[in-house]
Amino acid sequence: MIRHGFALLALTIIAIAGWAYNVNYNTMTAFDRVRDLRSEIAAEREALQVLRVEWAWLNAPDRLERLTAQFAPQLQLVPLVPDVLQHTAVVPFPSDPEDVIEIAPVIDREGLVPVPAPRPAAWRSE
Amino acid sequence: MTDFAAPRNVRAGTGQRGEWRLMLLMASFCLCYTAVVLNMGLLAASDPTEPVLGGAGGDGRPIRGEITDRDGNLLAANLPAWSLYAHPPVMKNPIQVANALDRIFPDIDRETLLKKLTGKRRFAWIKRPVTPRERQLVHDLGFPGLHFGNREIRIYPAGRAMAHIVGSVRAAREDVRYTELTGSAGIEKHFDERLRDPDFAGQPIRLSLDLPVQQAMRAVLRDGMERLTAKGAAAVLMKVRTGEVVSMVSLPDFDPNAKPIFFRGKAEDSPRFNRAAQGRYELGSTFKVLTAAMAIEAGIVNAETMMQTPSQLKYGRHRIGESHRMPAQMTVEDIVVKSSNVGSAKLSMMLGTRRFKDYLDRLGMFDASGLELAESAKAKPLLPPYWTDLSSMTISFGHGLAASPIHLAAAYATLANDGKLVRPTLLAGPQPEGEPVFSKETSREMLRIMREVVTRGTARRGEVPGFEIGGKTGTAEKIGARGGYDRNRVISTFASVFPTSAPEYVLIVSLDEPTDRSGRKPVRTAGRTAVPVAAEIVRRVTPLLGMRPRLAPISDGPYTLSTGIE
Repeated sequence: MIRHGFALLALTIIAIAGWAYNVNYNTMTAFDRVRDLRSEIAAEREALQVLRVEWAWLNAPDRLERLTAQFAPQLQLVPLVPDVLQHTAVVPFPSDPEDVIEIAPVIDREGLVPVPAPRPAAWRSE
Repeated sequence: MTDFAAPRNVRAGTGQRGEWRLMLLMASFCLCYTAVVLNMGLLAASDPTEPVLGGAGGDGRPIRGEITDRDGNLLAANLPAWSLYAHPPVMKNPIQVANALDRIFPDIDRETLLKKLTGKRRFAWIKRPVTPRERQLVHDLGFPGLHFGNREIRIYPAGRAMAHIVGSVRAAREDVRYTELTGSAGIEKHFDERLRDPDFAGQPIRLSLDLPVQQAMRAVLRDGMERLTAKGAAAVLMKVRTGEVVSMVSLPDFDPNAKPIFFRGKAEDSPRFNRAAQGRYELGSTFKVLTAAMAIEAGIVNAETMMQTPSQLKYGRHRIGESHRMPAQMTVEDIVVKSSNVGSAKLSMMLGTRRFKDYLDRLGMFDASGLELAESAKAKPLLPPYWTDLSSMTISFGHGLAASPIHLAAAYATLANDGKLVRPTLLAGPQPEGEPVFSKETSREMLRIMREVVTRGTARRGEVPGFEIGGKTGTAEKIGARGGYDRNRVISTFASVFPTSAPEYVLIVSLDEPTDRSGRKPVRTAGRTAVPVAAEIVRRVTPLLGMRPRLAPISDGPYTLSTGIE
């Protein structure tokens, strides 16, 4: 009985030793992996930083100004000045939506200048 | 049976000892497990840490903090880079190395390099900093004895637009492992401690400046400066309620990313000189608004009070005259609107030098502006060495006291902010409310008068429909080479507030030696130089600030286009 007991104990000890050995090495690989990941994160962060700075560099106001001047014919931008803002009421609304096509070139040519309609009654009768 | 009985007796004797051993064993097991459990608990409770960005080596040392504008656009940032150094004793053929390096770095002098490499030295810096491309080229050479050290370079993505504000850094300590950068100008110097503090790593300093506004204002000011052939210009845009400087431009400017170029000449003419915060100028008639506000606040006069304004005022052997013909008597309002020197001098005399100085002191005209720049701390306004009544009289119309445009902006903002003191700042965020200098009524009254200056006075070219600009022009003659004032060299300034019905911004535009040659005779007055530039700045900048013009109301009847489409 005792002999069997000892045998069982010995086997258990061997098994536990094996398990402990395994865990030890797993831990060490895990540590290695953590170190690798850390340096990888640091490298990624550095890359992120470089990209962020590069993005800011590419968006430098002087560079954008130069590019907008260079591509002015394609972009057709106009400076945003207060003159382009007006009351909504100034925008002519045609009674027939189809007239938009007719009215657009007029806005282009004349700009939006409020002028009194000749006769309110005539407007309403339309 | 007895055989068995005897040992049992023996065992019974040792039974107590066995039990004790068992207890000991159990206790030690318990102790071990407790230790394990405690350790596990400790591991579970501790915070997982993530490595922060280090230099190229990733050694986790803190890097210099970033600077952004109010919307988070980067104004100053770091880039990892390298410095190239050499161990000459390890080199096989120093001459060959020197030749190869000379091809990669054309800016290095070949002779000095050769001297460094062939001498007895064991260590020599070759180039700092080195870009990734240059590093690769040196690597490709494959010579022994060439090494790279980590260092950081400071990049200013906004370039010239923010050059005067962010300032610059220089390497304080250089090592092959890292380089310590310290601020040497501007925000970089003023907030050096904060930028280097590891506790603030990853938290940028957010400035009150707005990059698009800054760029637009700079572009307009540059155009104006070129058109008027001025040798310099400065402009400040400040929020009335908080004192936050939204834009501050000084021209000529410089590229903060380029190597500093040595400037020959007076320091005030250097591109590195910040005319807006560092420069001190006699700001001329713009002071008349302040003088009038003081007189009204003190209750001596009101806007309608009639004053005798002779064409000349004598004080001892000094005479105060006018730049152009004035009526013999004017209201206080007209003294400001028509810009009368005599009237202002009389107002300051009615106040008395003591009260006049007291008001100037409370407006911050005797101290540095408090702006967070290393340079502005030293820029205290220049005052007369002995303050006589004559000093008060000349300062009342802006001669004899030289202050920076920032000082003027803060004084105008104080006046517009219901009279409560405004302290200029470059940091974003609310400020504690200042103590009152003027009453709300005085503030209202002066805003109305400043509006009159633009609608019918000297600044008529400053009108931008819908923004209700109010302000005051100032044309100060510069001190000539032989002393006395020089008629042909002036500093023309326009100090303005908009919109006057509910003040939001103060704008100061100051041009150094402008001349408008569009007419028959060259004109140098602020009304023809600084004022149109300021108006153009308002037109360009207000949409970027999210302001909309107050449009004239649509009067009776429906409106339509004059197109004939019915």
